[in-house]
Amino acid sequence: MRPLTEAETRAVFEKLGKYIGENIQLLVDRPDGTYCFRLHRDRVYYLSEKLLKLAASVPRDSLVAPGTCFGKFTKSQKFRLSVTALDFLAPYAKYKVWVKPGSEQSFLYGNHVLKSGLGRITESTAQYQGVVVYSMADVPLGFGVAAKSTQECRKVDPLAIVVFHQADVGEYVRNEDTLT
Amino acid sequence: VEAVLAAAEEQEAEKRRSITVEKELELEFDLGNLLAVDRNPPAAAALRGAGPRREALLRALARYNTQLLVSRLWELPAERAGGAGGPLVAQLPEPTFRLPREKPPPKPRPPTRWEQFARLKGIRRKKKTSLVWDEQAKEWRRRWGYRRAGGDPSRDWLAEVPAGADPEEDQFARLRREKRERVARNELNRLRNLARAHRAGSAAPAAPLHPTGHQDRDELRRVARVARVSTASLGRFQPRLPKEPAEPPSRSSGKKRRFEPLLGNLAAERSRQLELLRDMGSKKPVLDITRAVNKQLRQEEAEAAAANKGKKQSKRGKRGRRQQRPGRSSKKSGARRQPPQQKAAGGGR
Repeated sequence: MRPLTEAETRAVFEKLGKYIGENIQLLVDRPDGTYCFRLHRDRVYYLSEKLLKLAASVPRDSLVAPGTCFGKFTKSQKFRLSVTALDFLAPYAKYKVWVKPGSEQSFLYGNHVLKSGLGRITESTAQYQGVVVYSMADVPLGFGVAAKSTQECRKVDPLAIVVFHQADVGEYVRNEDTLT
Repeated sequence: VEAVLAAAEEQEAEKRRSITVEKELELEFDLGNLLAVDRNPPAAAALRGAGPRREALLRALARYNTQLLVSRLWELPAERAGGAGGPLVAQLPEPTFRLPREKPPPKPRPPTRWEQFARLKGIRRKKKTSLVWDEQAKEWRRRWGYRRAGGDPSRDWLAEVPAGADPEEDQFARLRREKRERVARNELNRLRNLARAHRAGSAAPAAPLHPTGHQDRDELRRVARVARVSTASLGRFQPRLPKEPAEPPSRSSGKKRRFEPLLGNLAAERSRQLELLRDMGSKKPVLDITRAVNKQLRQEEAEAAAANKGKKQSKRGKRGRRQQRPGRSSKKSGARRQPPQQKAAGGGR
């Protein structure tokens, strides 16, 4: 376990910034405690100082996961956000997409969101903007990338993809053994 | 029939040509290498120009010289190998002709650590006598080895306890252990020297740093990195090309990476991250072209919808809306509004 280098921190913040924008500050600088990012076996974890001190006394080979895993660095040093970060992205998300009840299941199985399943979308979403996907009852289901801007979403035909799927809460069941 | 017989006889006579060949200069023979050297100048006129005559002449020359060599070989002492029925084997003399090297000569090995040190200090080898006078045995004994001058160290029946040593320690065991350690250390150093020599020998020759025409992309990248790092501040402030990836600053750009301590100053870490966020935020373009275009499109749509609804108010509505536009939240003022909010929020905490 070690702190992130500056290049790694930059990569992580850029990725997070795509979904929550400047609200990363609220993750870094919290009123209810000191939270920090640590790297353990190429995965980035977000944990409080108290947990950090406890985890520091666990040997490296036995440590499975300190804190919440936000994502991992691939072999070519690209940062990939994982679904376990959803709890921290959802409250601060800038661009949201609501999905109709009929196609919630489809999204949870890993498919993209089609125009026919789109319930609501935040105004002025740019194309390829990171978005958080909610159900109509405001339950966060996952996140993705907007395939079309809001303007285009209105004009496009019902079977076109409007949100590319990146992660959903169904992965907790599908990838049970690889999630940390 | 007679013609055929005559032709056959001629052929046979040719085969059994005389084995004595006359030459102006004698050939030089090196029977150990099966070599015969003919220094007779050939008929230059006949050798000029390719053709069947030249071929025939060369063939005849080769035949003559081979005949001489073989007749010499038959003169050598021979014996039957493998008993009476085996083949006849000639015993070749030692070769006299020195053949050139087949492989390049070996490179001199690099000096060992001691050799470098000795050269630096100017230490020279002192010639030591091989035999030393042994007072006890009253004779000349070797310096080291079998029956050495100082007596066999393994047969010493007395080992003094040195002044500052633990009285309970076994001195004989200590001596044996130290000898073992000395031997091991020597061996280690010898192997290290060997490894260093081996590595120096097989190290790839450094590619030239100036541009030749034949460098591939990886070589050029390496050379560019060397060039960038060869400044006074080790390339930290060198401007990068548009598509060159930014390398993370490594304090020790050697083999070992160094990281911040795990539980270091968390407040400092937090402030560093906030600064990083601020830098990242300030670099974003204030006027985003696509968003401005989208906003414009939306406004035009809204205007078109309103114009369709109330045609009476169309002119006034448009003018009114145009006047209202600067006051409305355009991208510029919206973006400008946000950073002051951030800073206020940060200051308030």
